[in-house]
Amino acid sequence: MAEVVFAYKNITKRFFGVHALKDVSFELERGRILGLVGENGAGKSTLMNILGGVLQPDEGQMILRGAPFAPKNPLEASSAGIEFIHQELNLFTNLSVSENISISRFPCLGTSPLINKKKMRESCKKLLRSLNLDISPNILVENLSPGERQLVEIAKALSTNADILLFDEPTTSLTAKETENLFSIMRSLRDEGKSIIYISHILGDVKSLVDDIVVLRDGQVICGGPIEDFPIHRMINLMVGREISNVFPERHSHAKDRVILEAKHVSETGIVRDVNITVREGEIVGMFGLMGSGRTEFARMLFGVDPYKEGSITVCTEPLPKRNPQQSIKRGLAFITENRREEGLLMDYPILENIGLVSLPDFSSRMTRMVDSKRLFKQANEIATSLRLKCNDLKNQKVKSLSGGNQQKVVIGKWLLKHPSMLIMDEPTRGIDVGAKYEVYLIMEQLAREGTGILFISSEVEELMAMCDRIVVWSQGEVMHEFEKSEFSQERIMRIAFRQSLEYSEEEKAVVNGQD
Amino acid sequence: MDKTKVIKFTMKNSTAVLFVLIFIMFGLIAPRFFTVKNFQNIMSNASYIGIIAVGMTFVLLTGGIDLSVGSTMYLCAVICGKLINEARMPVLSAVMISLLVGVLIGSVNAFAITRLRLVPFITTLITQTIARGFGLFITRSIAVNYPDSVTLMSTSKVLGFIPLQIFIFLSVVAIAAIVLGKTRYGRQLYAVGNDLESAKKAGIRCDRLIASTYIISGLLAALGGFVTITQIGRVNAGFGSGDEFDAIAAAVLGGASLFGGIGTVFPGTVLGTVMIEMIQAGLVFANIDIYIQPIIMAGIIFLAVFIDSVRTTQIQKLERRNILKA
Repeated sequence: MAEVVFAYKNITKRFFGVHALKDVSFELERGRILGLVGENGAGKSTLMNILGGVLQPDEGQMILRGAPFAPKNPLEASSAGIEFIHQELNLFTNLSVSENISISRFPCLGTSPLINKKKMRESCKKLLRSLNLDISPNILVENLSPGERQLVEIAKALSTNADILLFDEPTTSLTAKETENLFSIMRSLRDEGKSIIYISHILGDVKSLVDDIVVLRDGQVICGGPIEDFPIHRMINLMVGREISNVFPERHSHAKDRVILEAKHVSETGIVRDVNITVREGEIVGMFGLMGSGRTEFARMLFGVDPYKEGSITVCTEPLPKRNPQQSIKRGLAFITENRREEGLLMDYPILENIGLVSLPDFSSRMTRMVDSKRLFKQANEIATSLRLKCNDLKNQKVKSLSGGNQQKVVIGKWLLKHPSMLIMDEPTRGIDVGAKYEVYLIMEQLAREGTGILFISSEVEELMAMCDRIVVWSQGEVMHEFEKSEFSQERIMRIAFRQSLEYSEEEKAVVNGQD
Repeated sequence: MDKTKVIKFTMKNSTAVLFVLIFIMFGLIAPRFFTVKNFQNIMSNASYIGIIAVGMTFVLLTGGIDLSVGSTMYLCAVICGKLINEARMPVLSAVMISLLVGVLIGSVNAFAITRLRLVPFITTLITQTIARGFGLFITRSIAVNYPDSVTLMSTSKVLGFIPLQIFIFLSVVAIAAIVLGKTRYGRQLYAVGNDLESAKKAGIRCDRLIASTYIISGLLAALGGFVTITQIGRVNAGFGSGDEFDAIAAAVLGGASLFGGIGTVFPGTVLGTVMIEMIQAGLVFANIDIYIQPIIMAGIIFLAVFIDSVRTTQIQKLERRNILKA
């Protein structure tokens, strides 16, 4: 039995009463790589933030090298020998490689404030050599490729002699070759006795890299053990397989023939490639993909917030001008953004003002441009009632005093006041409870019945399968596959999103059958 | 790929490109522009704005701004003059005290920005008004004259050939360049300006660093004020007003970014300062209407700030994260 370096013991964390983590326990052994997998929102980041001292657990404790460990801030975690390598790098692009590595502890000439550049370069060179990175210590980070930057970040983590390293999606911006190099470095670090936690959505990588695996689902550890026992399809099954009953309303297809929105060959360098999507009247089209797969970016292009280089977008057969959200709104598009706190709502303003925000021109007199607040209130009130918005006072109550679900209804109400013909919803049910989700689904069903086309972006396969007429699966900026309702299968959708082939290979089939 | 490299190079060296363009332009318009005497004048005039611009560069590197420098110059010059004329204080002690006043104003800015969390723009706009207000209160808006012991300094030469103001300017530049380029403090300052959140995570005491830049800016504004009075010997109520604009312009022309993290004292800000003086001298040589000159000046500064903004977004675009895998 190898030595346990670090352990989570019964960690529980709640946000506003909702469990983000529930009684999580697992151990990290010396000289092992532990893979942590789970869907978006399964609790991986919360778990890492607790280890890094960014968040404190509500219950439970952590054990580091046999002693209780409760870091209050990132600095404490760092001085205890724990280093993070994040998806977003913490490098200073305007400084050189060697400066970045020693930014927290520059070696100085004697007691003077002058940096001992020679010493700094020497120790940097040594680190770079150990990582097989052939770059000059003097080069500015802004001139490095993403892969090289990732390695510099690792060199920075190693310079502090950390013995627990956390990699959070480190390969998202790396090429295949850079990824392979990173993995061989991680393996040699492991062989030197460092312990590594590796978080990734790319299950093939997890499979080939890690020694042990822990699967998280809904904030709980579902299963864990040596990687040999976890073929990829089993990981997927464990990640998604939850019991669902009565979470979704009954759906009927209302799809008509008339095409409302059509995107043809839409491409933008480095973001999306050759995307074709149509949405018909009364149709709910789902867009599934992992975080960073380009779904949100594409939605922003549709609505005219972000530019795209090639292709065309038409609404009701007429081309939609690029980069012009005002026109998009005029043409009947509505966009419920992913991040309602920052992009969807004026949190410190009353509900009425939020609902009226987009439609103010419709309620202002043509001559004086004064807002007819009586008419606005009347219609906003009707919308609020039809959405079953729970509030005390439409006019005076601030949006931030509402629950997450009701806030989301305000965002939806804001757009319904415009009577859109095409509604783009980006993660409309994220962070709201099951009851509120159900009501959002009801609203969607209602709108579809009335003929609104809906583009429904979500990271939860179940809700897409329950609500959509069609599901489009994204991966790395491309539409990989389109599923008709009759073909919906959680596993198949996940396989596509994870870039696996649609059908099982013979070998995997044998394993599945064997288990059955 | 090569095209983006060329664009990137031009973007990152926009200062030098602009400098050469303006230099050639005035040379073509007025051949007399290329004389040693003219360049000596340009350097001499550049010294006081240059000193202030160095302090401004420190502030800009953190992504802040200091609008109070012009008034700081005025108040410090007034106090220095009053101490010499009315308190009969030796020149050296009076200068030291006036420099301390500069430090004090900088400290007020620093306190308000890093402790009270006020926006630098508003904070320094307020201290700008307060500092000038104090100066006007002390003088009753009557001009202050300086004795010959002060004005004669401007004719003194260090090592027999460097005019004092140019010597002070070059010393400030040399010290600042070493501090920014070679010390722990300087390099961490660049880190703070590049990414404040990451700098905090790296354990850098960001607030202390940011605070120090306003103190440096205040000190150098006071020094700039003193250098000016040695040259003109008289301070009236409008002294130094608008100079913050020139200092910011010099730093930005020199390649400093208003978003922080980018900029150098040498060659950057020095080049920017000389460029401003060069444009001013050039406009005179080219016989441009004196009332049109400020408009052209502002136009050029607008161009520089515009390039800065384009540069920042373009560089970001070139370095944007790539979702697609080739």
